[in-house]
Amino acid sequence: MGATDAPDGRGRHRELGLTDHEYDLIVDGLGREPGDVELAMLSLMWSEHCAYKHSKKLLRRLPVEGPNVLVGPGENAGAVDVGDNLAIAFKVESHNHPSAVEPFQGAATGVGGILRDIFAVGARPIAVLDSLRFGEPADSPRSRYLLEHAVAGIGHYGNSIGVPTVGGEIYFEPSYEQNCLINAMAVGMAPHERLTSSAAAGVGNLVLLFGALTGRDGIGGASVLASAELTDADDAKRPTVQIGDPFAEKKLMECSLELLDRNLLASLQDLGAAGLTSSASEMASKGGVGLEIDVTKVPLREADMEPFEIMISESQERMLCVVEPHLVDRVLGVCEKWEVLAAVIGEVTDTGLFRVLRDGELVGELPVGLLVDDCPLYDLDPEPPTAALYVGGEQHVATDADPLTTLKALLASANISSRRPVFEQYDPVVQSRTVRRPEQADAAVLALPVLCARSGALDEPIPAIAVSIDGNGRRVAVDPRAGAAEVVYECAANLACTGAEPLGVTNCLNFGNPEKPHVAWQLSEAIDGLAQACRDLGVPVVGGNVSLYNESPDGPILPTPVIGMVGKLPDARAAGRLGFANPGDRIALVGEFHPARDGSEIAKLHGSAPAGALPVKSVAAIRAAHERVREGVRNRDFTSAHDIAEGGILVAIAECCIAGGVGAIINLPDGLDPFGEDLGTAFIVSGPSESLEGLPIIGVVGSRELVVTGRFNVAVSELSALHGQGLSALLSYAR
Amino acid sequence: MRARVLIRPKAGILDPQGQAVERALPALGFTGVSEVHVGRLVELEVQDESQLPAMCERLLANPLIEEYEIQTGHTAAWGERASEEGTAA
Amino acid sequence: MKFGVIRFPGTCDDVDAQLAAARVGEAALLWHRDRDLQGVDVVIVPGGFSYGDYLRAGAIARFAPVMESVIEFAHEGGLVLGICNGFQILCECGLLPGALLVNDHLKFVFRQVRLDVVDHNTPFTRNCPPSLSIPVKHTTGRYYSPEPVQVVLRYAPGENPNGSQDDIAGVVNNAGNVFGLMPHPEHAVDALTGSTDGLTIFESLRTAVGERVPVA
Repeated sequence: MGATDAPDGRGRHRELGLTDHEYDLIVDGLGREPGDVELAMLSLMWSEHCAYKHSKKLLRRLPVEGPNVLVGPGENAGAVDVGDNLAIAFKVESHNHPSAVEPFQGAATGVGGILRDIFAVGARPIAVLDSLRFGEPADSPRSRYLLEHAVAGIGHYGNSIGVPTVGGEIYFEPSYEQNCLINAMAVGMAPHERLTSSAAAGVGNLVLLFGALTGRDGIGGASVLASAELTDADDAKRPTVQIGDPFAEKKLMECSLELLDRNLLASLQDLGAAGLTSSASEMASKGGVGLEIDVTKVPLREADMEPFEIMISESQERMLCVVEPHLVDRVLGVCEKWEVLAAVIGEVTDTGLFRVLRDGELVGELPVGLLVDDCPLYDLDPEPPTAALYVGGEQHVATDADPLTTLKALLASANISSRRPVFEQYDPVVQSRTVRRPEQADAAVLALPVLCARSGALDEPIPAIAVSIDGNGRRVAVDPRAGAAEVVYECAANLACTGAEPLGVTNCLNFGNPEKPHVAWQLSEAIDGLAQACRDLGVPVVGGNVSLYNESPDGPILPTPVIGMVGKLPDARAAGRLGFANPGDRIALVGEFHPARDGSEIAKLHGSAPAGALPVKSVAAIRAAHERVREGVRNRDFTSAHDIAEGGILVAIAECCIAGGVGAIINLPDGLDPFGEDLGTAFIVSGPSESLEGLPIIGVVGSRELVVTGRFNVAVSELSALHGQGLSALLSYAR
Repeated sequence: MRARVLIRPKAGILDPQGQAVERALPALGFTGVSEVHVGRLVELEVQDESQLPAMCERLLANPLIEEYEIQTGHTAAWGERASEEGTAA
Repeated sequence: MKFGVIRFPGTCDDVDAQLAAARVGEAALLWHRDRDLQGVDVVIVPGGFSYGDYLRAGAIARFAPVMESVIEFAHEGGLVLGICNGFQILCECGLLPGALLVNDHLKFVFRQVRLDVVDHNTPFTRNCPPSLSIPVKHTTGRYYSPEPVQVVLRYAPGENPNGSQDDIAGVVNNAGNVFGLMPHPEHAVDALTGSTDGLTIFESLRTAVGERVPVA
């Protein structure tokens, strides 16, 4: 029967976030009541954050297989083959709730966590990207504060550890006011043979914890911070915030990679949410073994920690590995070289049990399967909303404004203006691979081989990858299925502009409370849209993360699936650029473009709510357009390529002018809405006229003005100033 | 013996952190604030306090740009630091 | 000729500096605990966040065992190039005058900046054109010195990214064999990644070493 609040404390499980039903399942599974340590461990492993209990069934709809997939979902990060015996591992993860409480540390540790996921699979991190959402900066000092501190935190961690931050995106919408989104993506590279599993193997092998000391950081973080809606009492949660130390992680990363290079580890795993409990039990589960850990052997930052605290501490910058006994001394030697603390804390057993000891005395004993696999998975109860979930905002530009006024308003708007004030706080070039940095192309481009004086000699190609991250909550709110699909097309379009073909996708699904039917519907529809678009383009999903309960008393956030995509291009020397460059080049429109205004940026500036319908798309036309752009870039037919995204075709053309510092004369096709949107379908390319054969020509590059025939002339310098100052004008901290 | 070293930018050196705080306080309604400087506090347990000036000169401060002040013997007034959480924010 | 690039815990641009130096000569990494400089002709103290830049940028790295050898090497006339964090370390250990302070805007800044080479008469700049396009990336790059110093590089008018005194971007010691600069020449050695202007600093060093009378 259900648990009660009996004087013996049987109600504790509720405070820890477990339902009575879940508690009963635990008692049934154990055949007894769990002890303190066991209950703490179970409550975290059975939280939404660790068990994905409200999303796991839906996620099975995503396509996860493909010819290039080396590691699919389930490991710390997925990985794809990019040829030459190289693998690219990548993953995006949210750190939304910790960042809402403490944006600098929340964002910093978000980056630290995703980087550990990458080197835990044996890959050296080569890039970070981030996707951020905040409330309206013009109206909200809190949003400006969150943006300023989150950006500083991301930069602090990535810059200090020596991994370039090469891209990202930021959008501002009122629904993110109480629930900012901080999604960080990391990309790593490894020779195939260094890819490592987290499955614990070899009964009798030793379990070794290395990295930072264990303190009371984030005790209860996984269940308290990540699985409950935020309330006004958040100040009281401050002590549970984890503090990031990028210097410690830098040493941990170099140490981990050297241990793998020397072939000293049987398996490797990072410590993230739920700390030792989650890491160790997942290692045991994957390896089909048991584990025994003695908490007295864990090096502590604070002497008086209880066993349950040690088991669930979320102190950052720690890794767990399994080592054959005869290799332990060599492992400790590598750790000493990198000044990384290490301790043997337990061993692999054949019992299938996770046993926790304190100085040899048993304080907890749970079947690994109960911890990892037995959390109930819930079916959602999706219902389309019957009333509008989101309202419109203030009107910022008149609906009958002339096109130039509208263009200027869009270019200066918070969502479209230059991200320079943000990305100038990130190092995009460390590691010497970055061939395209922010504002040079629609996706970042990273050379795979080390660049040296002989690179490209004898006309040998320099293989490279392109990476992009995208999301658009407004359009997913209009139509979760079509909007989520559009995000995938848009991300692939970004890659096409550099000449890259998609290899794999990672996603982060940021939604409200899935126990509410309309949020469940958004989630279910969006996953179907993602799945369909990934199948349309033949790109598998190799990993991801779900962040639910992003909800405040005013309602849920806009449904925000964020897509990270990795693609390959054969030669970095031909990587595309977005800016017009050569006066006299013709400008062409590629793709079937059916712009409309529902869910667009212009609709937002008009004060409209995100509602209505998105344009119907032809998958065949999208594939053909992407292919055409990719080939044109690879063959160096095009001087520039840029996808038509938020703001519509005129904004896209203006961005090409601003990036290149050169003007253009444009004849817009009759009847084409200059500000409507149809994301992921169409492109603006420029090149010599003979290279654009067969494409509809809409203009020519030249002069210092953007001329739209019959509508307006404007100096590019004026547009550039508006675009450049748009975000800084809204931010108190900008110079 | 417990010692504290207070380190702050030398007079005349531009202190943008101090300026930022000085600008931010009036925005929160605190008026009449001036001469704000932001520095660092180093707390340490030392056996021989006569070494403290040398420690400051060689490592804890950069005498070219920073000045320092050594405080000792104030243990009771500083309060005990029982744990990370024990300190008021 | 041979470059040695020092690696401290927390150094980030060590491999970048090694790759850049390898375009003009041999280049080896030197571990912070080793005192042996392996007979290199030029020591590079690279960028990054040695020892986390905790306490003060460069303050702890200067006491690493390898730095004792570097100081000795510099006093004997050896060529030493400090980039960004390396510049901070060289100032902290007294090989260069002055100090680096937090940027006037308090933020980390990455930017491709234009530099004026104001002294071509050094082993580090003899092959440089009058103006260079090289990225900066730092939080603590505002140069300050109470005494007059030998300026080699200045940010071009309007390009000063950090509030540096007199637009100073790089200085040499009085003997002219130790050079520190905040911009990253090792990130401007390939047209693919943006610029090749930084390479001229490495080429200058090759010329300078080549003209020396061999000692051994």
